[in-house]
Amino acid sequence: MYKYDQYDQAIVDARVDEFRDQVRRRMAGEMTEDQFKPLRLMNGLYLQLHAYMLRVAIPYGTLDSRQMRMLAHIARKYDRDYGHFTTRQNIQYNWIKLEDAGDILADLATVEMHAIQTSGNCIRNISSDQYAGAAADEITDPRPWAELLRQWSTFHPEFSYLPRKFKIAVIAADEDRAAMRLHDIGIQLVERDGKLGAAFYVGGGMGRTPMVAPLIKDFVPIEDFLSYSEACLRVYNRYGRRDNIYKARIKILIHELGAEKYAAEVEQEFAHVKSLGIDPPAAELERIAAFFAPPAFEAGIADSVDRNDPDFAVWLDQNVKAHKQPGYAIVNISLKKTGDIPGDASSAQIDVMADIAKDYSFDELRVTHAQNIVLPHVAKRDLYAVWQKLVEADLAAANLDLISDIIACPGLDYCSLANARSIPVAQKIAKRFADPVRQRDLGELKLKISGCINACGHHHAGHIGILGVDKKGTENYQLSLGGSGAEDTSIGKITGPGFDEDGIVDAVERVTDKFIQLREGDERFLDTYRRVGFDPFKEAIYG
Amino acid sequence: MKLLTGNDLASGAVTWWTGSGWSLHVEEAADVGDQGDSILATEEAARRVNAPYIIDAVSTPQGPRPAHIKDRVRALGPTVRLDLTLKPADPAAGNWVI
Repeated sequence: MYKYDQYDQAIVDARVDEFRDQVRRRMAGEMTEDQFKPLRLMNGLYLQLHAYMLRVAIPYGTLDSRQMRMLAHIARKYDRDYGHFTTRQNIQYNWIKLEDAGDILADLATVEMHAIQTSGNCIRNISSDQYAGAAADEITDPRPWAELLRQWSTFHPEFSYLPRKFKIAVIAADEDRAAMRLHDIGIQLVERDGKLGAAFYVGGGMGRTPMVAPLIKDFVPIEDFLSYSEACLRVYNRYGRRDNIYKARIKILIHELGAEKYAAEVEQEFAHVKSLGIDPPAAELERIAAFFAPPAFEAGIADSVDRNDPDFAVWLDQNVKAHKQPGYAIVNISLKKTGDIPGDASSAQIDVMADIAKDYSFDELRVTHAQNIVLPHVAKRDLYAVWQKLVEADLAAANLDLISDIIACPGLDYCSLANARSIPVAQKIAKRFADPVRQRDLGELKLKISGCINACGHHHAGHIGILGVDKKGTENYQLSLGGSGAEDTSIGKITGPGFDEDGIVDAVERVTDKFIQLREGDERFLDTYRRVGFDPFKEAIYG
Repeated sequence: MKLLTGNDLASGAVTWWTGSGWSLHVEEAADVGDQGDSILATEEAARRVNAPYIIDAVSTPQGPRPAHIKDRVRALGPTVRLDLTLKPADPAAGNWVI
């Protein structure tokens, strides 16, 4: 885990003082809402349907038990006893009072956390692979590079007023667990001839105009990592449109300019940037990397697990993944128990997860873009004890990557941008498919729901995607099929006319029934869809 | 009918113009007719409301009902957490929104 140095802490502390004064001035009438709004947004404070909402950054989704307990404390003291983990690996609180905002940020600062750059047209929280440092298939831990980007992008004077918001993901494995190619910049660390480098995919995104990022450069030597990133941003900052909010993201620039032309511009800019000497010296990289050194794994511990308890065995098969260290495993805590609100956790549950991480996972947790929590380093001998504690806390849903492990944005129940509610649809689908045997029979099936075209619920990347729209004042839901946020990234195709809330649940079931009819062998839904195509499913949906 | 709604500056809570002040309860909202803009300007300047706006609503025996679902959700609270709404004891409260 990275630990703040004096500069990190000074920056965050100063920002707390600054925002506290801005709040005071707003409350005293020294600023209008129009003047205050951009300032509060720079500190992650939105005004949503029912109250202020605070989005807290969790850099690359990594946090320790002390930080997790602070998140629980904030939920308990300042909110309504729960928080919402987001698809950007952050957490949001829905019931914040403006008068408490300064105190909340001060509390966060005591555990090296903040809400900076969780809003606005700047480089947002850097996201990464939730299995970083634990996955057997990674070539290196991507987090030191994500942390380098965090430091570089924090209050970067050139990139604080970009044409639009900017999202970067860094991974280091061929299996993409971070929807890397659906980011403004997706970076995959790669090896070539024994040397570490980075492949840059630029111009991906969801929202109104979903696009899969094209490969801009297949190998940037790692010593050029920051310079090349800076060049990518500079070209966007120079040419990105500021006259039309719907055409301001980098994906539109690259689409209109062409990936080759953009790449050529970046190369030209890179030649200049490299001369500026912004890439850190090796000693600084080593300093950062040292914070992410593997924990003190025990060698030679048992690599087998007693599967006698059948409920435990189901959870083990579904939610526990292979670790690179013999004797250890990666535990996924699903926040998607049937009927639950995807991504929500009570303060008591957050505390329990912190306690388990402290006792069993070398004090580390991760937030996933699928709105779940990961314990990255659990000894296999402790898995049963961990599972029992999760059962006690109602956190042992064994449904990772199944149809009920639904990504859903807050939707019209909370969000001022939404056109339709997402959460009730997620709950109804989860209940329709509540039978765990049926879910497991369907296999991996990623269902994602957004309450508006901004696509915070990643519906474009859902094997089955649902988009809520406003149809003459009533909620209507469009269905799409065939999306993926994994290494086989694709954008889902809309099936046709939309449905009401109950109709969309029926439509999803018609799709899964058709899948059962059509699948061959151990195909996933996505495999079958890609093999047989769109038409059989459309026929099943609309008759 | 036309209603004025906004948020309380300090708490962020949804509020409704009653004709003489601001209430948390849409049932108490007053029809502002064509006076909305002037009331809005006065009240916002006095910081008695934040980010106010005018909405359409229909009059019902139970009180005003905002025309758009977004404002009905604002008036009640999240339909998926009725315990956090203004009517936590009414299991059917969400029906009013839909």
